Amino acid sequence: MDISFSDEEVAFRDQVRDFFKQAPVAEVTALIAQPDTYKEGTVRWQKHLFAQGWIAPTWPIEHGGAGWTPTQMHIFETERVAASAPDVLPFGLKMVGPVIYTYGTEQQKQRFLPRILASDDWWCQGYSEPGAGSDLASLKTRAELDGDHYVVNGSKTWTTGAHHADWIFCLVRTSTEGRPQQGISFLLIDMTSPGVTVRPIPTINGEHSLNEVFFDNVRVPVENRIGDENKGWTYAKSLLAHERTVIARVADSKRRLEKLRQYALKETEGGQVMAQDPVFRSRFSDIEAELMALEYTGLRVLAAQASGQGPGAESSLLKIKGTEVQQAIHELTIDLAGPYGGIINDSLTSGDIGHEFGDQARKDYMYGRATTIYGGSNEIQKNITAKHVLGL
Amino acid sequence: MHFNLSEEQAMLQASTARFIDQQYSFEVREKDVRLPEGFNRDTWATFAELGWLSVPISEAGGGFGGNAADTMVLMEELGKGLVASPYIPTVMLFGSLVDIGAPEALKHSLLEPLIAGQLQGAFAYQERQSRYNLADIKTAATREGEGYVLNGEKALVMNGAAADRLVVAARTSGEQFDTAGISLFVIDANATGVHKTAYRLMDGQLAANIRFENLSVTSDQLLGDEGDGYSLIEKVVNSTVLALCAEALGIMNKLTDITQEYTKARKQFGAPISSFQVLQHRMVDMFMACEQSRSLLYRTVCSVGTSDADRSLHALKYMIGRNGRMVGNEAIQLHGGMGITDELEVGHYVKRLMVINTLFGDADHHQQKLAQISLPT
Repeated sequence: MDISFSDEEVAFRDQVRDFFKQAPVAEVTALIAQPDTYKEGTVRWQKHLFAQGWIAPTWPIEHGGAGWTPTQMHIFETERVAASAPDVLPFGLKMVGPVIYTYGTEQQKQRFLPRILASDDWWCQGYSEPGAGSDLASLKTRAELDGDHYVVNGSKTWTTGAHHADWIFCLVRTSTEGRPQQGISFLLIDMTSPGVTVRPIPTINGEHSLNEVFFDNVRVPVENRIGDENKGWTYAKSLLAHERTVIARVADSKRRLEKLRQYALKETEGGQVMAQDPVFRSRFSDIEAELMALEYTGLRVLAAQASGQGPGAESSLLKIKGTEVQQAIHELTIDLAGPYGGIINDSLTSGDIGHEFGDQARKDYMYGRATTIYGGSNEIQKNITAKHVLGL
Repeated sequence: MHFNLSEEQAMLQASTARFIDQQYSFEVREKDVRLPEGFNRDTWATFAELGWLSVPISEAGGGFGGNAADTMVLMEELGKGLVASPYIPTVMLFGSLVDIGAPEALKHSLLEPLIAGQLQGAFAYQERQSRYNLADIKTAATREGEGYVLNGEKALVMNGAAADRLVVAARTSGEQFDTAGISLFVIDANATGVHKTAYRLMDGQLAANIRFENLSVTSDQLLGDEGDGYSLIEKVVNSTVLALCAEALGIMNKLTDITQEYTKARKQFGAPISSFQVLQHRMVDMFMACEQSRSLLYRTVCSVGTSDADRSLHALKYMIGRNGRMVGNEAIQLHGGMGITDELEVGHYVKRLMVINTLFGDADHHQQKLAQISLPT
């Protein structure tokens, strides 16, 4: 029972802190905030981390990672959030990259991993389909073998960033025999292939990040399949547990709660700051206690990982509680914005209209409804926990 | 960074679990709790033999010198077994106050028999009007010659009926709510001028209202400096709150476990009710409530002595109160009609949880304390 850092870890923390102090955080954050320059800002930031050797710190060293321990990763995340620096995109670095270095061929590793690390390729994730959401294994996008190519037909949905992407990693059906999970393969598909169409899905926050992706007789070389045919579910599953821990976003919620606290010290009603409002205080401290606990739940999972246990079923707990906290913060923030919680502010400054955070609060609230739905809805997470943790 | 138990802690945990498994069934507990003092003196003697009474007492006081994690391990196991004992009033409160406040001679004369299981203690701090305000003290200790004269009444003194000695918080100066001017005295609970009215709490333990009528005390009965008792109270209450939260977590986990077992065995509509999704999700909620509480308990243990200590402790007592209520209610609901029978252990665990919530500030109280740190007025 000890949470203190070793001398090496303290030195590491200082190094990370110093790095973020020198990094062009404000510049890239401004670029990322605008839809037109979003991709440019993201790539620039990721290349900056790449130059430092910290773009994929938990990857094994032989594949270009830094081989950090879970504790080092925790330190890095804490410092990143303290510096308000952007996170990296997970699709290449946290999702398909580990699948490729774990299950891919030597040739696949050499072809894809360096370009993922350098952010030369933008990846997106092709899992969900219009008819396969929480019941992911029921997916229908077909891949039929024709010589040394698969011919892919079908569609994927909720594909974040497909309109920017160079590559998509897909779960496709290569067999209809046996259980649904047994006929799935894992394919890497070039987004410039003939027959790939991307259609935007505007979301309720008024922005565009999601898409539908259609495949119409798209020819994919067999060498782009990861591992064995019909074993894709196994490779995909290892990634899902990881995705859930990423989604918890504990460090990010800490920063948002602190921001909310600052806002509450400025917003007034009847000449009194909202931080003194008894109902606000009760809602705030409720979130705060849950987040304080969640931070340690995350550390407990990390400590278990450090002693060799992978993120298992506890990752569901992190996902559920993490997203509940995020939504609670979104709700309290938009309520704190009061009458300004409904504004749409495309180009005006806060000086013009008299409010600083209402517009962002609205976007966060609306898009934040997705957090309890994506990555396996929270209800699915409860099913997983009931079955695999409680044995019901 | 790790959350493993030390070798000694693992041994303590194993020995406590073994005691409960082999000697402390629910039937034994039910018999013990009905005894006139609300606990069994023989069980207490076993505690002494196993060394448990010395765990939080300093080495200088003749104890084991355990830290917050040691106490946590012991209390969590005692919670799982729903062990009826005066551990909190005698050891955590009385023992610790004497340990940190008493002059050497007095300290040893009290702690030696306490650790040997031969002395029962209690801490008389609360009054009828105090609720959760530890400084709301009207009981007066008036200077008279070399000593003092005590007058006033204390309420809800845990173990007040069985205690041989009491630590009494009394005002030597200041006004009713002042933290300054509170002094602590060790007194003989059976002295003339001490009047007790004992009653039971819903968890079976015996508490008492204790009235002091012109009770003479000498200045060598004083713990710490005159008028400076509040700082000792705060310190001891903080470690006691942590211990109570560990006990509560043990209870919450036990309730979650027995609820799962019950729903697996109970059949309705031709199937175990644990196969119904609506019940599964409720049991996952119970499990998450326990895990989040455990995380805060670890956080509080790790933060003792740091700037995060008070904030963690308030968050912990708040969450234990709130989640404990939820877990208790769900455990009864999922047991159906059986859940409200006295025969089943469920209700008895729930009642202990409810009493713990009322000790040293309930969920609402600590939520406000937490807000006072984050959003100071």
